[in-house]
Amino acid sequence: MAPIVRIENLTKNYASGFQALKGVSLDIEEGEILALLGPNGAGKTTMISIVCGIVTPSSGRVTVAGHDVVKDFRRTREIIGLVPQELTLDAFETVFNTVAFSRGLHGRKPDPALIEKILRELSLWDKKDTVLRHLSGGMRRRVLIAKALSYEPKVLFLDEPTAGVDVTLRKEMWQLVERLRATGVTIILTTHYIEEAEEIADRIGVINRGEILLVEDKAELMKKLGRKQLTVELSEPLSAVPDALSAYSLRLGEGGQSLVYDYDTAGERTGITGLLSALAEQGLRLKDVSTEQSSLEDIFVELVGEAK
Amino acid sequence: MNIEAIKSIYAFEMARTRRTLMQSVVSPVVSTSLYFIVFGAAIGSRVQEIDGVPYGAFIAPGLIMLTLLNQCIGNGSFGIYFPKFTGTIYEILSAPISTVEIVIGYVGAAATKGLIIGTIILATASLFVDITIAHPVMMVLFFVLTAVSFSLFGFMIGIWAKDFEQLNIIPMLVVPPLVFLGGSFYSIDMLPPFWQAVSHFNPVLYLVSGFRWSFFEIADVNPWISLAIVVAFLAACLSVTAWIFRTGYKLKN
Repeated sequence: MAPIVRIENLTKNYASGFQALKGVSLDIEEGEILALLGPNGAGKTTMISIVCGIVTPSSGRVTVAGHDVVKDFRRTREIIGLVPQELTLDAFETVFNTVAFSRGLHGRKPDPALIEKILRELSLWDKKDTVLRHLSGGMRRRVLIAKALSYEPKVLFLDEPTAGVDVTLRKEMWQLVERLRATGVTIILTTHYIEEAEEIADRIGVINRGEILLVEDKAELMKKLGRKQLTVELSEPLSAVPDALSAYSLRLGEGGQSLVYDYDTAGERTGITGLLSALAEQGLRLKDVSTEQSSLEDIFVELVGEAK
Repeated sequence: MNIEAIKSIYAFEMARTRRTLMQSVVSPVVSTSLYFIVFGAAIGSRVQEIDGVPYGAFIAPGLIMLTLLNQCIGNGSFGIYFPKFTGTIYEILSAPISTVEIVIGYVGAAATKGLIIGTIILATASLFVDITIAHPVMMVLFFVLTAVSFSLFGFMIGIWAKDFEQLNIIPMLVVPPLVFLGGSFYSIDMLPPFWQAVSHFNPVLYLVSGFRWSFFEIADVNPWISLAIVVAFLAACLSVTAWIFRTGYKLKN
């Protein structure tokens, strides 16, 4: 199946000379949840803004459902929803009216029943007549989401939807994303929070300094995460791994003071019991035992660090 | 054409007018009444008729134009500047709407508001002086074309302005001199020849003259030339607006 969003060699040079995107290519599959991780200024928002039509690309091409976002903007923008990072709302309008306005802008006929449903779902119904400037930050975030859902987009961009949001609302957002996915909506979200990506994404992309460093299935990444390392500190240093332990593919630590064993927690047998008995049989005295797990955060920090 | 989007923008802008009814409607009515009391009744009673028209009635078309210009430029510029200022412009830029539709929505609403207030001023004027309209069709044509042109002009100012000072500088500093020196309160025949010649470079002269002609059949310049100037101004504003959206000038990075 053709990807719903295809980004090809996208570059963006701002007038200031800053190169926000350096030839980014990315395919987004229909119905998936893609999380884009990256530090501030990585190019996440610029990329989203180009897809949505707010920023003009310097070069490269973006298609949504096969239509070019520049030449065929009506077709693409009809199916794209955007929840921006900044809490930008008209100060003097009411909640209901601003949501209805968004629906109209996207060429949809008024549908008060649908807007009521969306507002109820986002716990905003009792605030429907409240003027926007009287809302709290969390409420404003919900209103922005309601606005984007009002025209029933097929592809939804959430630009840091949970930045500055409390734990309860964050959990609610995740549930909402799940419900939207169940209706077939493709979701692309940017985030600083690695646990957010781990929680809800199907695929995870890492972007830094205008380049995509990695895009991988979360399951694949989780396999990498599933790798654990057992380090056995020895009382007496060894010069080499004893032959009797060759079955465990051990590595000798620095100065022969430790033995390092890689294993997979996802596997049925970790082999730890056998290893420990074998160590005892060899008469090796253990000083300490520790395990370590590489997290998505490690991978992220490593990737972003390498790029610097 | 995305009719729903045009309706949404238009309705949104008209709702803003309703929210600010006092300042939108009451203040121009009060200031126009003051003009009529001061210029029409107090000074006007000592001024001769101009080309057979009492002075109070003579200034009415100019006062309507003054209000219309201020209202249209103000509404046209604020309507688009405010979303830029608050950031809500993202929604307009990412919606499936074309330049033409955006302009119809914003400029249509600004012109509508200008026309409503202009009509109220006309009604207010008729309380103070006798007003007859000799050429109603031409009067409406001047009225509507001026409203649309200057709403569009305001829209361009709103896009160009990067802060509130720039937003206000043209309505505050450029429009009043053009209106006051454009024959709103006198016939340019009263000026020395040099200033008469200079006045012909003032576009507002043509608006006021043509508009006054449609009331009283007296004019400083041929009404058809006036009409041509208004249409030319509208065409110039339309082409600049088209350029703005094509290039994304001050709207998109």
